[in-house]
Amino acid sequence: MAGAAVLGRLNWLLAELVELVPETPRVKSLVLAAPGWPGHRPGQHVDVRLTAEDGYQAQRSYSIATPPDGERVVLTVERLEDGEVSPFLVDELLVGDRIELRGPIGGYFVWDGADRAPLHLVAGGSGIVPLMAMLRHRAGLGSAGPAALVYSARTEGELIYREELDRLAADDGALRIAYTLTRERPPGWTGYDRRIDPGMLGEVLGGADPNATAFVCGPTRFVEVAADALVGLGYEPGRVRTERFGPSGR
Amino acid sequence: MENADLKLDGNAAAGELREIFGAEMTIVRATCGSCGAVREMGALSVYLHAPGTVFRCPGCDAVLVRIVRAEERLWLDPSGVSCLELRTGA
Repeated sequence: MAGAAVLGRLNWLLAELVELVPETPRVKSLVLAAPGWPGHRPGQHVDVRLTAEDGYQAQRSYSIATPPDGERVVLTVERLEDGEVSPFLVDELLVGDRIELRGPIGGYFVWDGADRAPLHLVAGGSGIVPLMAMLRHRAGLGSAGPAALVYSARTEGELIYREELDRLAADDGALRIAYTLTRERPPGWTGYDRRIDPGMLGEVLGGADPNATAFVCGPTRFVEVAADALVGLGYEPGRVRTERFGPSGR
Repeated sequence: MENADLKLDGNAAAGELREIFGAEMTIVRATCGSCGAVREMGALSVYLHAPGTVFRCPGCDAVLVRIVRAEERLWLDPSGVSCLELRTGA
């Protein structure tokens, strides 16, 4: 895809909700059919715009959870209690409803798997979403380099895509996935039980491979800690790509 | 809430930049006019909660670009950037 070549302005598209997939009690995936969708790259996001009857508009960005798939776009959205857009998307939108979206957006936080360089991922909470698009894309490539994911959540029930992630790791000897639960662990939990730190990242990611690209996504403070830790472990700062979504999600 | 909690990445303003420039700007390399560091715009610090959008250098924290909107107009102040490098071909 062209670099900064002129792509033209983005138009708002009307996308129809064709399926709603519950992921966790607070998270749902919205499967959208978006006629005119130009296609996207793993890691990109969309802007979603809601318009009230009185004309008031609210706009938010959401990561795309799936690899390119024609005019089908899947967004995974976490309901933020004080949110203006996410409660509507998660609780009120029904199959057949239409929402406005524009995209794909962002050329920085993307991974195409064009080379076989190691892919190192660090996710905090719903920061897993754009990284999941990368892992799903990688699984579809057939031949890909090694990959590792460290995924931090507060509780086991808040891990999004848990079964699919376990399946991906079980099917692929070159993919390593480790979870850490920071607040509450179920009995017999064998994963990590603390906030991410350099030791954990080093153990799971296997040290700073100079060819690896690291993608870190999560709340701002999580990303700061993870990115600093990776640079401390020897990753080239330019190969640590970050996407912060603020103090309470986006 | 501290300012540091509200920091986002250039990627968070990718839609707004695309709207203004009609191009994917997050992979454009920007040189900080204060410290000289060169980074892709997607790697800059972005604050969306200000009255407008503010891009800062993640190294020295200098303000690089400000975008403010009011009704039908938009002001873009790029004076903190000394150079933008765009890819024009393969």
